[in-house]
Amino acid sequence: MSVADVAYDIVGREDFSDVTYLLEIREPDLARAARPGQFVIVMSHPEGERVPLTIADFDRDRGTITLVIQAMGKTTREMQAGLRPGSSLYALVGPLGRPSEIGTAKTVVCVGGGLGVAPIYPQARALKERGAYVIGVIGFRNKTLVFWEDKFRAVCDEFIICSDDGSVGIKGLVTDGIKQATAAHPDIDELIAIGPPIMMRGCAEVTRALGIHTVVSLNPIMVDGTGMCGGCRVKVGGRTRFACVDGPEFDAHQVDFDDLMFRLARFKPEEKIALERWQQGCRIESAPSVP
Amino acid sequence: MAKKRTIRSIPQGRTPMVERPAAERARDFAEVTCGYTLDEAVRESERCLFCPDEPCVRGCPVGIDIPGFIRQIGEGDVRGAYDVLTGTTLLPAICGRVCPQETQCEGVCTVGQSLEPVAIGRLERFVGDRAIAEGWSSRPDIEPCAFTVAIVGSGPAGMACAADLAKAGCAVTVFEAFQQPGGVLRYGIPDFRLPNEVVDAEIAKLTRLGITFRCNTVIGRLFTLDQLVGEMGFDAVFIGVGAGAPTFADIPGESLNGVISANELLTRCNLMRAREFPERDTPLGVGRRVAVIGAGNTAMDAMRVCLRLGAEEVLCVYRRSRDEAPARAEELHHAEQEGITFHWLTDPVEILDDGKRGVRGLRCQRMELGEPDASGRRRPVPVPGSEIELECDTVVFAIGTNANPILGQTAKLRLDKRGYIEVDEELATSMQGVFAGGDIVTGAATVIEAMGAGRRAAAAMKRYLGLADPDVPYAPAGDAGLFGFAADQRDHARVRVA
Repeated sequence: MSVADVAYDIVGREDFSDVTYLLEIREPDLARAARPGQFVIVMSHPEGERVPLTIADFDRDRGTITLVIQAMGKTTREMQAGLRPGSSLYALVGPLGRPSEIGTAKTVVCVGGGLGVAPIYPQARALKERGAYVIGVIGFRNKTLVFWEDKFRAVCDEFIICSDDGSVGIKGLVTDGIKQATAAHPDIDELIAIGPPIMMRGCAEVTRALGIHTVVSLNPIMVDGTGMCGGCRVKVGGRTRFACVDGPEFDAHQVDFDDLMFRLARFKPEEKIALERWQQGCRIESAPSVP
Repeated sequence: MAKKRTIRSIPQGRTPMVERPAAERARDFAEVTCGYTLDEAVRESERCLFCPDEPCVRGCPVGIDIPGFIRQIGEGDVRGAYDVLTGTTLLPAICGRVCPQETQCEGVCTVGQSLEPVAIGRLERFVGDRAIAEGWSSRPDIEPCAFTVAIVGSGPAGMACAADLAKAGCAVTVFEAFQQPGGVLRYGIPDFRLPNEVVDAEIAKLTRLGITFRCNTVIGRLFTLDQLVGEMGFDAVFIGVGAGAPTFADIPGESLNGVISANELLTRCNLMRAREFPERDTPLGVGRRVAVIGAGNTAMDAMRVCLRLGAEEVLCVYRRSRDEAPARAEELHHAEQEGITFHWLTDPVEILDDGKRGVRGLRCQRMELGEPDASGRRRPVPVPGSEIELECDTVVFAIGTNANPILGQTAKLRLDKRGYIEVDEELATSMQGVFAGGDIVTGAATVIEAMGAGRRAAAAMKRYLGLADPDVPYAPAGDAGLFGFAADQRDHARVRVA
């Protein structure tokens, strides 16, 4: 079929840890259109699934976008094993979702937890470029998982790093970092948090008490990313919203995080089957042939 | 032709089309109906009276010369029949399968006043399938012009519009959000009703007309409409993105796992091939007892897909009665044959939690029919004290769609109060050079109506671009205007250079 071929070539890769890796993909139109807060959907091969991933960075001069991915399920592990500079994705669609509102807040806290450090980065940068006073709070489980510390620090006026085990920065959760920041700055106008739902819920609880406007970016299960399947519906302020077209960012104090977490577990059994099957396949392929 | 046919002289019964037995077909995705052989098609063609007033042509949303193509079949000239059909429709193999003929051409067939109407849809499909098998294409001599046109959405409206504009010589690019073109024909209609190979074949025909498909491209996100008509230099744009956004009923329990839209079910199954999980990576998660809410074509597709995925029981829950069901008669009939359990006059009021955020059942209210409502159908009203519980572990919503919001969010298009795109009688939107048609203008409708809108938009776009319409014989206008531009042309600044 003579369908116009747009190549989605991988031009860069960096491994931050055993589980976290960065892919830089060349797609000049996408690099040009992307705004902070938006996401893409990738398919690594024609039999693959459509995986939504928040855009971690984009470089309009190089014509590339950057994704930071955690190898968790079958697809993300398979991508980790197979994708290198020189290989390409089967499909890449985006930018999807509504861009972040960079707004007019003067003092803003940008919170990234684990993999969430990547997508919060372009927002911190955009806020800094706009002249806001940016306080960065990032958290990881431990020191070995840390990435983009310097890059993040460079766009922040203040920077707090936390780890669960204290191996880097303050020992504690990002909510402890937030409490430290809010204690020092009673004038904080806004907090933006991206990370696991449980972390975002924690952030929302801290700021709710302080009356700080808080935005979170939701990443529910979705198929098309264009408002068509309704799989990504989330409860916000008692209303059903589609994260792909109404979000992905919402007022954290309105989000029903329990509902989000239950819905994220929807395909747990299937995810387990797919992963086990893939791992078995890997072992068979890598096993030495019996003479 | 020899003797004039009369209602008494023609074969009285419609030529049956071989169907695979319900028990066999309900468990796989191969096509349900097998199509006519040449002999069967010729026999059925002999039932057409070639009546002078041709109500069938007027009953067809795109005005296909139905007696014309049937006459060719009768003469054994299938290629000739194909040429007649493709003078009007591009996708006979598709429309023959999915059009609601009983409310269109066949519904007004003269033979149908006394006998079963001529099986026009089956004959159309026969010709379309033969064309695919034989590799026929009716590629006209295309005289290139200097115009470039963008089509947003590769479903039936976009396909039809693209074809007409390509034939007029425009360089046409079709933008599709998914990884494969075809729109609802690809992600929505299941293989047992419209095999993917048929969609592939029809798309391939369009590429032979010089049309380019660009997939993975969401207009309104990757490129805005302003960019298309501005820096990207498209002379005209057609929007045929479909209605898209699924409706839920706003009843308790909708966010439970196991509650999905028909769009999601069908997209996972048809486009993403989730039915082949774990060979394919996309999971589906349909349970053993599925309740589908709604009774339109999408609902029938969803139910029959669930059966084929191995569900033990599939229930249809619809608040009106069978007579009001909007599905195509053949689909409803096939669903009944395949063993769907129908709960007519039953309105869901709550989806019940199994305690683990899954579904254990559907609480419903029995209804009865009252006075006719705005749609002319009798309004269902609740029967007091008639609540029932249906046991199920999956609930599928197939109760219609809303307008997709993306284009409205990112362009200054005038929308109506429900979010659909407003157009004038030329299908022109509020943006200069941008036209729209199909479900994103009218709300959910049929494949053939979308195709009809695509063709009407193409004709309007040709007028807008100042292209002669090859279907209209040339006749000098009374007042040709200055420099040969007719005064009624929409854009006086454009000059046709090719």
